[in-house]
Amino acid sequence: MRKQAENRILFWIYLAPALIAFTLTVVIPFLIGFYYSLTDWNAISSAFSFLGFDNFIRAFTDEGLRNSFFHSIQYTILSVILINAVGLSLAILVSKPFKGSNLLRGAFFVPNMIGGLILGFLWQYVFVKAFPAIADIFFLGFLGVDWIGDKQYALFALVIVSTWQFAGYAMVIYIAALQSIPKSMIEAADMEGASGLNKFVYITLPMIVPAFTINIFLTLTNAFKQFDTNLSLTNGGPHKSTELLALHIYNEAFGYNDFGYGQAQAVLFFILISIVAIIQVRLTKKREVEL
Amino acid sequence: MEKLTKNKNIASLIFGIILALIFLFPIYLLVVNSLKTPRDVFLNTLGFPEEYMFANFVRAWDMMDFGKVFFNSIFLCVGSISLLIISSVMAAWVLVRTKTILSSIIFIMFIAAMVIPFQSVMLPLVGFMSAIGLLNTRFGLMFMYLGFGSSLSIFLYHGFIKSIPTSLEEAAIIDGCSKPLVLWLIVFPLLKPITFTVVILNLIWIWNDYLLPSLVISAKDLRTIPLSMFFFFGQYTKQWHLAMAALTLAIVPVIVFFIMAQKQIIRGITQGAIK
Repeated sequence: MRKQAENRILFWIYLAPALIAFTLTVVIPFLIGFYYSLTDWNAISSAFSFLGFDNFIRAFTDEGLRNSFFHSIQYTILSVILINAVGLSLAILVSKPFKGSNLLRGAFFVPNMIGGLILGFLWQYVFVKAFPAIADIFFLGFLGVDWIGDKQYALFALVIVSTWQFAGYAMVIYIAALQSIPKSMIEAADMEGASGLNKFVYITLPMIVPAFTINIFLTLTNAFKQFDTNLSLTNGGPHKSTELLALHIYNEAFGYNDFGYGQAQAVLFFILISIVAIIQVRLTKKREVEL
Repeated sequence: MEKLTKNKNIASLIFGIILALIFLFPIYLLVVNSLKTPRDVFLNTLGFPEEYMFANFVRAWDMMDFGKVFFNSIFLCVGSISLLIISSVMAAWVLVRTKTILSSIIFIMFIAAMVIPFQSVMLPLVGFMSAIGLLNTRFGLMFMYLGFGSSLSIFLYHGFIKSIPTSLEEAAIIDGCSKPLVLWLIVFPLLKPITFTVVILNLIWIWNDYLLPSLVISAKDLRTIPLSMFFFFGQYTKQWHLAMAALTLAIVPVIVFFIMAQKQIIRGITQGAIK
């Protein structure tokens, strides 16, 4: 009996630091946020009134929000495809048994260690100064376009930087999957005289499906949450043509001090991310059953 | 046959090296241009400097107050990650070892919160934190990293602790070890590999994070590296030689750290993602 009481005390004492910090920084602001999204709360006056779902109705007819949603979709599709294609290719390349493959892995991975904000600034220089210079020397006219200032290219510029940043990360996960393929399987296929392409399609691909799921959802949620590089590379410009969802919410909230409405957009953003997460959990669960 | 695969491997190696050079090209540009005169940056963007201007670094260092900013970032990371590890280990352990409905509910709450994007809580967070006086202090920022980081850290520890048999802990208690101490003396040493993962993942996140400190910190002498980089870039956009020197200062510590611990970092990242 005494022991049980002791255990209960220990439970709460050991749980307290994490639970208190988590409650104060995540749970309470999250719940207050739901409430604020139903009001006309702003930075100027402390009084606010209850609006019901007005903010949400306004959000669905808001052209700025809709535009940033479509930019996010475009950016997400392009970057998920590119990051995974480049990441998988790099993984296949460096999993071959040659000397120096570890060094190469390091080179491909290192951009991932640098923060998105700093990368955006660095790539501003690459796009503005270095690409035009390379275009002049090697006669690669397409490199000399106005990457950041031209609506047509700015979103691609953002996709290029993200691919450079995350391909190494995806690569690391694909390498882990490639290494888990039993050598005996490949050897057996060799004995049967299977071609390289056949081995890839019938052995490698099915074996790395779990890595695909992990990588696609990681890149998907990262792409929807993209903020830092968006801020530092293009700051949403030119003319808001690269303003992704997270940056849009940030700009709206702090630009107009219209916190209630900004919070309603933030709640919608949360719902969007949750849907992606729920699909992911469903898919991974299903696969575990199949295995 | 043997020779053929060998040749193929050499081809892969050469191809790999070319790709790696393309990958590292922005970093090369960064370093060479940080050492140029403004005229040299303009006329000779891609090549080596004509004259090595180490003075750029001195100026960038002074303008960013880099010594102070670097210390702030280190202090913040060490403080936040220590707090995170201590509290997450404790929380994860009692959550694994206490089999009640309440315990499971609390655990699920921590995990479910991983979905919440920061932008969805930032507005009320700033209001609430200013109300309880945690804005614009070092401790406040660490406390918030503890709050936001605890979900993933608890999740990782929880998964690992589950695989440790309770018989070890029971034996220690029979030998006279008190229950609260069993965690630190018996369990914690076994958690080393996962602790490393937790450190690496949180370090990359906190070291590079811009948005949270930008909302929480307004005092100039509390700025972290990403924060001061943001203000620096806003002021000196067109002075590329100084901007490049400042960016080099910001990136060098990260690259040095990566070279020192590449293996552990990659292992940590892989584990964090696969779990």
